[in-house]
Amino acid sequence: MYAYDEIDRTLVNERVAEFRDQVKRRLSGELSEDEFKMLRLQNGVYLQLHAYMYRIAIPYGTLSSEQLRRLAHVARRYDRGYGHFTTRQNIQFNWIKLAELPDAMADLAEVGIQSMQTSGNNMRNVTSDQWAGVAPGEIEDPRIWAELLRQFTTLHPEFSFLPRKFKIAITASEHDRAAIKIHDIGLRLLKNEQGQTGFEVLVGGGLGRSPFIAKTIKPFVHGHDILSYVEAILRVYNQYGRRDNIYKARIKILVHELGIEKFAAEVEEEWQQIRDGVLKLDDGIIEDIRSRFFYPAYETLPHMPDELKQAAHDAKFEAWRKNSVSAHKVQGYAIVTVSLKPVGKPPGDATADQMDALADIADKYSFGEIRVGHEQNLALPHVRKRDLPAVWKALEAIGLAIPNVNLVSDIIACPGLDYCSLANARSIPIAQEITRRFANHDTANLIGRLHVNISGCINACGHHHVGHIGILGVEKNNEEFYQITIGGRADEGAELGTLIGPAVPYAEVADVVEDIVEAYLALRARPEELFVDTVKRLGVEPFRERVYATR
Amino acid sequence: MPLVKGGHIIADEFVRITDDAELPAQGAILVSETRLLADPQALLGRTGGKCGVIWPNNRDVDDLVPHLDRLALVGLVFPSFRDGRAYTQARLLRERYGYRGELRATGQVLRDQFVFMLRAGFDAFEVKKQADAEAFTETVKRYSVFYQPAGDGRISALHQRLQLRHSESAGL
Repeated sequence: MYAYDEIDRTLVNERVAEFRDQVKRRLSGELSEDEFKMLRLQNGVYLQLHAYMYRIAIPYGTLSSEQLRRLAHVARRYDRGYGHFTTRQNIQFNWIKLAELPDAMADLAEVGIQSMQTSGNNMRNVTSDQWAGVAPGEIEDPRIWAELLRQFTTLHPEFSFLPRKFKIAITASEHDRAAIKIHDIGLRLLKNEQGQTGFEVLVGGGLGRSPFIAKTIKPFVHGHDILSYVEAILRVYNQYGRRDNIYKARIKILVHELGIEKFAAEVEEEWQQIRDGVLKLDDGIIEDIRSRFFYPAYETLPHMPDELKQAAHDAKFEAWRKNSVSAHKVQGYAIVTVSLKPVGKPPGDATADQMDALADIADKYSFGEIRVGHEQNLALPHVRKRDLPAVWKALEAIGLAIPNVNLVSDIIACPGLDYCSLANARSIPIAQEITRRFANHDTANLIGRLHVNISGCINACGHHHVGHIGILGVEKNNEEFYQITIGGRADEGAELGTLIGPAVPYAEVADVVEDIVEAYLALRARPEELFVDTVKRLGVEPFRERVYATR
Repeated sequence: MPLVKGGHIIADEFVRITDDAELPAQGAILVSETRLLADPQALLGRTGGKCGVIWPNNRDVDDLVPHLDRLALVGLVFPSFRDGRAYTQARLLRERYGYRGELRATGQVLRDQFVFMLRAGFDAFEVKKQADAEAFTETVKRYSVFYQPAGDGRISALHQRLQLRHSESAGL
């Protein structure tokens, strides 16, 4: 947990005051909607289908229980009693009134939550592994670096009006839970042969209508140089990124059009001019940021406590434990993933009551800390293993002991046509239907790890390109159709999925998913072979045949 | 459009000269980059008054560098306030090429950009709205904390914290 100090709080309060003034000028007509639009977007305020949507940053996915309670308060006081966690470690409220927004913002600012740059053509919330700081085998806590980047990117005087939005993600683990290869800049923390800490820097990843997997621009940039290197990339992008066509404005297009070598040479030239300047970090600064992260005082605990052995007799607990509990770097502790994907509910939604209850659970069992992952689930990062049965019961009491993490019903979906003014098709009802089809835990378990990602339009907020099964809503003659891709993945081996055939109508999507899953069960080499690996081994053809033979 | 410089609304001493107009014998003039580059000697060697240029935001400032020491004003352009290329140009001119003359923001210049512009090195603003120009002094005081260093010499939050710690420990 990073603790905001007086300096951080001052800035957030100044931002709230500025936005209050901007809203006042908009309401009085002094600002036109066109002028106001950019300003509200820079504060996370969208005008959606039905109302204003308010997007709040949860930098690198770390929340305190106090902050979560405050989010619950905003949901209750200013919205309709729930919030929606997104794929970029943000939370969104969908029904907020413009006139009340500055007050909501001020309430959040009191606990160090803000919405700066959660939209608009600037650097967005810096995201990271939701297991940062607790994952076994991690190089070091990537949030130290994420925080340095958060500060660097917040209200940057040169890069607040970029050609398009800009997203940075960081991982420090071999297994990439931050999806760095589908970000504008992906950073992989590593140690070089001399034992120095630095980053492999990737650039130009992204989804949307032109999906790209990020390419390595530099295999090693020393930690001391990371801000200047990122500044060099941004400076090249700000000068040469396309502004003539919104669909070609992302850095991925510039990298693609120039070619990675030429782009890298431009960045290198720029970087050489600034690398030893004001952005150079020294160990003192890095340690100062590190010192402001709170780390729990872990106890010495047994690897396998009696409470856990006893609870293992309960099949329901075991089913949950198997896919919700992960190894922790400290013996006797575990990371608990809290699925926000109940059968028949919109993925990623949590009610104010659930948020409050989770905050209590975190206080009691996880040193008051909660994490938000890009899969739209939450996590309790420091749970004593002996408390796992109690945590499970507490989660069950609020409907969140859902044993489907990483299973077929753990769906990532954008809000789709039900909320979003950009969408062409519904996402949530598709997700709901699929969760109903695979509600049987034994079946889902037999299928194993399988990520279904749904987007209601080509902008790909549901990351459909990188779903093991990706579903993209399109519109044809005023009807919703869905294109199905398979074989995508967002982890360290990130790949874009392959289209399996013509789009299918709304009513058939869940059937198609079932067909694909059945084909996989018949085709997999052994039960441990993941769906995505079977697709890799066999290609899409056998799946195409199974789906379209009868359609 | 009102011009703000040094925190005050002032009269613009520069007169814009179109590319085909005759040069006035006296007075400060402001020309396009085309006109400047067509005959820099004639414009910059002129004895009747200062010369400034409006530099477009899609042209490398490298081409401007050889003339910088004789230019009294460089105007950079914000065709819409969403287009932020001129922020990079400003920083390059100030921080890399050491330009110390007037750096003027032109185009869609609104109050909500003043802080960014000041930090990027602008010191003069052709403001679109009178009310924004009048609110200049108040607006630029909106922020007292800056997370990242830029060319304006303001201390970043990172360094501010370190300084605080040093002074705290020195006071013990």
